[in-house]
Amino acid sequence: MIGDAAFRAGRFWAVSFVVAVLLLLLTRAAIQNEYFFFAAYVVLQYVVLATAWNILGGYTGYINFGIGAFFAVGAYCSVVLHKLASVPVPVMMLAAGIASGIIGLGMGYLTLRLRGVFFAIATLAMAIVAQTLIVNWDFVGGSRGIYIIRPQHAPFFGDYVEYLYSLMLLLSWIAIATARTIERSRLGLGFNAIRDDEAAAEAAGVPTLRLKLIATTLSGALMGMAGAPLPYYVTYLDPASSFSLSYAVNSVAMPVIGGMTSWIGPVIGAVLLGTIQQVATVTISSALNLLIVGLLLIGFVIVAPNGIIGLIQSRRRARGAR
Amino acid sequence: MRAPAALLSADGVSKHFGGFVALEGIDLDILPGERLGLIGPNGSGKSTLVNCLCGTLRHDSGMITFAGRKLDGLPAHQRTRLGLARSFQLPKPFRSLSLADNLRVPLLYAVNARPGARLSRAAVAARAAELLADVGLADKRHRLPRELTQVEMRKLELARAVASAPRLLFADEAMAGLSPSEVEEILAVLFRLNAGGITIVLIEHIMRAVMNFSTRLVVLVAGRKIADGAPEEAMRNPEVERAYLGE
Amino acid sequence: MEISLNLLVNAVVSGLLLGGFYAAVTVGVTISFGMLDIVNIAHPAFIMAGSFVAYALNSAWGLDPILVGVGAAPVFFVIGLLVYQIYFYAFERRGEESMQGLAFFFGLLFVGEVSLILVFGVDYRFVEAPYIGPSLHFGFVELPLRMLIPCAVALIMVAVLQLYLGRSFIGRAILAVSQDRLALQLMAANPARVKCIAFGLSIATAAVAGALLIIIQPVEPSIGRDYIGRIFAICVLGGMTSFPGMVAGAMLIGVAESITATFYGPSWAPAVAFGFLLLTLAIRPAGLLGR
Repeated sequence: MIGDAAFRAGRFWAVSFVVAVLLLLLTRAAIQNEYFFFAAYVVLQYVVLATAWNILGGYTGYINFGIGAFFAVGAYCSVVLHKLASVPVPVMMLAAGIASGIIGLGMGYLTLRLRGVFFAIATLAMAIVAQTLIVNWDFVGGSRGIYIIRPQHAPFFGDYVEYLYSLMLLLSWIAIATARTIERSRLGLGFNAIRDDEAAAEAAGVPTLRLKLIATTLSGALMGMAGAPLPYYVTYLDPASSFSLSYAVNSVAMPVIGGMTSWIGPVIGAVLLGTIQQVATVTISSALNLLIVGLLLIGFVIVAPNGIIGLIQSRRRARGAR
Repeated sequence: MRAPAALLSADGVSKHFGGFVALEGIDLDILPGERLGLIGPNGSGKSTLVNCLCGTLRHDSGMITFAGRKLDGLPAHQRTRLGLARSFQLPKPFRSLSLADNLRVPLLYAVNARPGARLSRAAVAARAAELLADVGLADKRHRLPRELTQVEMRKLELARAVASAPRLLFADEAMAGLSPSEVEEILAVLFRLNAGGITIVLIEHIMRAVMNFSTRLVVLVAGRKIADGAPEEAMRNPEVERAYLGE
Repeated sequence: MEISLNLLVNAVVSGLLLGGFYAAVTVGVTISFGMLDIVNIAHPAFIMAGSFVAYALNSAWGLDPILVGVGAAPVFFVIGLLVYQIYFYAFERRGEESMQGLAFFFGLLFVGEVSLILVFGVDYRFVEAPYIGPSLHFGFVELPLRMLIPCAVALIMVAVLQLYLGRSFIGRAILAVSQDRLALQLMAANPARVKCIAFGLSIATAAVAGALLIIIQPVEPSIGRDYIGRIFAICVLGGMTSFPGMVAGAMLIGVAESITATFYGPSWAPAVAFGFLLLTLAIRPAGLLGR
């Protein structure tokens, strides 16, 4: 019995790992244009952020606006480690994951007993508190920011940007496989019940507080891990840009637009929106770019709340009914 | 003098919201196997009492014991695991889950969380189908709750409560707004469940159903228990008459 | 660090003045969130819009910002009606308010800020008025007029609203809706229309609050974000629906921020309100003066 479910989950992890590795080898061998890896890093980063956000927001129904509290903290965690010792980036990602996971746990413990609305507002508060703490912390540069030197090459991986891209691709694999495993498991059913009706879920035996804490911890940890390589990518890190609200809007918009009910939605949303933005930033101003994201978010929430997945599903259902 | 065989004992349970006293010193023993009717005018505290006993609300004072265990401070999901179940006044189905999946939630989280044999994946699915068949919803088990009629929703609500394999079930106004024949359907389900060994507390306004169903009647008025005994006796109590015929 | 009495008293005084202004900023949310249960986190965006409208008319025609704010209020009222209609048709009618509604308002907040950036750029803007600059002096206590006057206008606005809600027919309907939606529906009164008007009122207050803001300090579009936490902190602290509670909460936070800024530096100020909010939510969600 246990073996059956674990087998199926294990199979997805294995298959998706192979896909990820193939994708990695293919892109690195075939693509010479360096810019591709710069852009792809950002898109993959959003795949992780959107997937992580969706574990809490889509599956459990608790909206997190304070992505900065996890993502930027993850980045600054790396800064601290970078200044203290020379630590390989994967280790930084692990540390960032742990730190952000603890923040998620703590924040959840403080606010998850309240209505979802208060939780959302509290996440915003957490982000501002985190930002204020970092702005006033000179060791990591404070409001002036900090310069990080990006090495030219990484051991075994060659070009450093391709190395970061590879790490982010692997992290995307972890995030996606985790999300899918949750979806098909008892945990996912519990999350779903909480989202649909928390009081009924509690009455049905679901330990709602514990599950919500798991969601916030996991979601926070993944976001933190996504932020860990950021200092090496941008080479100049400051609170204003790392806590930028654009990360928050994108992390919300991508799952909403892609569809929140399945792991595929955030991936679709991230790839679609992320790619469009990467292309658009070159041609139009970044402010206009963000305006479009915001308008798309509003539009989808009103017209197509189940996102692209929802649209496809209802078209399929309509066709099936005919 | 407390009956030692009481399944659930409420001892001086009180609950207030700000200045408003919803429950005042409720003493109640629920005996195993009985069919207890809980009635009272609107706002008398019936649902509040159920919420306090089931853990949805925290009572302010008093003690609640279930099968010898103190329930005070235990969250609702743990009380469910101990064997308390309730259906909600306004049905609260899991809207995005099929009927079968609605039942899988308590099966996986209440039944499988108890020490002892855990149901396998196949056994869970079979049990869910069985429970739905018991209330006549077998053919709709892959549908979503929004496709159900009123009475079917009530049945789903009851089926979900029963899925957690309770010893005690609170049926909170499970028949409100139903036609007489639909009321009979629900009553039949409740009788069947009781015959199968589940103690049932029926909170209801439909007097005919309550009198028909209950072996004992408890009457709440303005947060206090004013009658507790055989149905005919309780109804003849002058205070109860006054509460229902108006003052 | 020596705590000079002079400095402390002035910090408290300017905190109180700031608090009065914060009441104007929050009253809209007390209505929309406290009373109507609509999580309008985009309220700061409307306030910023109010600030920039005041800036635009002040720099173009030299109009007094407070007059602009009051004049713009009816326009903002209509905008509020429109926004509520959208919110109602998209969410409230479907019964799935909370999560989708939140995402909607979040998008609105963001779109608002970015639109202002596109139109006005990221530079700080300020207004000119004869009372910006001079201060009153009582002994060593300094009362800058640019803070005193907004505080006074703010408190007047809150008082007027309180009277309106208590005395007028529509006002009392709004209070009724906030307390018992079900009862109102059963009585066949249409809660949606009442809520629509109330929401319009809440956005109208943003026009005035925005004008007051730009009198107190120069503004740029992203300042709105700092206000999200303040607004909800004060609303929760004040017990959600109570105006007097809200004013008390606003004063408390104003003073706390002012003292923090004076003795620890202004870069710590944003965390104060948010810290208060987290504490309040964790310990006593019912707020200072309770429900």
